[in-house]
Amino acid sequence: MELFTPDFGLIFWMFISFGILFLILWRYAWPAILKGLDSRADLIDKGVEYAQNAKEQLDNAHLEAQKYIKEAQKQQSDMMRDAEKIKNQIIEDARSEAQKEAQKVMEQAKVSIAQQQKEAEQQFRDSVSEFALQIAQKVVKQEMADQKAQAKLVGQLLDQMESNN
Amino acid sequence: MKRLFYIFAFIAALLMPGISYGFAEHSESLEHSESSEIDPKEIIFEHLGDAYGWEVPFCHDKRIPLPVIVWAKDGGLKCFSSAHIRKPGVPYVDGDCTFMLAGPDSPHKGKCVQIITKPDGSQEEYRPWDFSITKNVAALWVTILLVGGLLLWLAGWYKRKGFKAPRKGLGAIEVCNEFVYNGVIKSTLKENTARFAPYLMTVFWFILGMNLLGLVVIFPGGANLTGNIAITLVLSIITFLITNICGTKEYWKEIFWPDVPLWLKVPIPIMPVIEVFGMFTKPAALTVRLFANMMGGHMIVIVLTLLIFIFSAINPVVGGATTVISVVFSVFMLLIDVLVSFIQAYVFTMLSTLFISLAQVREHGEHKHESVGKQIEEALV
Repeated sequence: MELFTPDFGLIFWMFISFGILFLILWRYAWPAILKGLDSRADLIDKGVEYAQNAKEQLDNAHLEAQKYIKEAQKQQSDMMRDAEKIKNQIIEDARSEAQKEAQKVMEQAKVSIAQQQKEAEQQFRDSVSEFALQIAQKVVKQEMADQKAQAKLVGQLLDQMESNN
Repeated sequence: MKRLFYIFAFIAALLMPGISYGFAEHSESLEHSESSEIDPKEIIFEHLGDAYGWEVPFCHDKRIPLPVIVWAKDGGLKCFSSAHIRKPGVPYVDGDCTFMLAGPDSPHKGKCVQIITKPDGSQEEYRPWDFSITKNVAALWVTILLVGGLLLWLAGWYKRKGFKAPRKGLGAIEVCNEFVYNGVIKSTLKENTARFAPYLMTVFWFILGMNLLGLVVIFPGGANLTGNIAITLVLSIITFLITNICGTKEYWKEIFWPDVPLWLKVPIPIMPVIEVFGMFTKPAALTVRLFANMMGGHMIVIVLTLLIFIFSAINPVVGGATTVISVVFSVFMLLIDVLVSFIQAYVFTMLSTLFISLAQVREHGEHKHESVGKQIEEALV
């Protein structure tokens, strides 16, 4: 039964010793240790939360980026299509313009050719009539050299006029 | 693990003849001395109990003397070396008082007693108030130095590094701290954590330190501290005091005026009596469970070791065979005791935490009871 009988001396020393240990640890050890444990737990909690947020944000950013990429691709293809259209338009325009210009140039050329022709004809006529007048002058000069022949001619002309009337 | 066992058994078998021969000789020499037989009960109780000196490692007959401090009858405080009362029945005179170690027939067997001569000449054994620094007290101080040193070291780390977790040796302390603090104390006490955590953590480390030092078989350890009812009693008395002094109004109301039908408390206060009884069974359970667990562990190891001597006394060959089994089983038991040391320290802390948190009930205490119940379930699973 001696095992179940607490010894007075041991109880006494145990109270004192445990009290001293508790006071020392309570004063010098536990504040630092428990603060460390608490702040570490906080830090880990915050870290996890932060990581979750970051992941969410990253996912969002990913989605947004994909959206932007899609938009950009659409824009690009739109732009390509527009450019194609514009290109065709320009080519078409240029072609029709060129045709128009060519037509104009040709017409101008025709007009000028016709004018030149007319001028040439006029010139020719003038020069022919001058030439004919000169010849006629020369002929008349020669014909009018003698009186007889002149009178004869006048008579002839008067006859002609009479017969015409 | 299996291979380890085989290797161990093989080494033990190799050593067996020598050991058994040694033991045979030893038992013979014992036969030549005055006590012809080994008294296992005596040896077991000597190892489990307290002593005035501390065994010198590997030399059981020599003791490291420790101071004996007694409050003698009409002599005041006396202090002398325990070497003077080494053998029972041999008186030691200190001034006007005579002391001796009580013999096996005395009711104060193994304790220091004062011999008082009555006027008629007859002698009487008087047991004085004994404040001796016995083996257990010395072991207590060794534990305090060890635990205090380790925790102050850890605190120093935290002061230097903030919240960074330590590695290696300090990390091992840190793991236990984290486990007990976050796993038990913080999750049970919630907002009251800061008030009670220092006490609970100290209790955990103190018990763990005593348990583990008790498993070290040579000098600075080997005292069966937590297997001594005085130690566990003091610890549970402190828990009891904290529980009841810091108990809330609702806690006291639940003891003396619980929410039960009126007839259970008015003519005969059945429920209050049960509740008050419950107040005292909690620390009693704390005391006995730690004491019995640790004492049991020590006792099994000693009995297994003593089996060798008992069988050697019968026959050296049988004794040799027993050596192998005994050594293997003692090592196994010691390893289990290491585990038990941690578990018992943890359980004591957990139960103290629970008792304290039960006394911290506020309004809507029902929810708190539920959560505590859940925690007990979780802990048991």
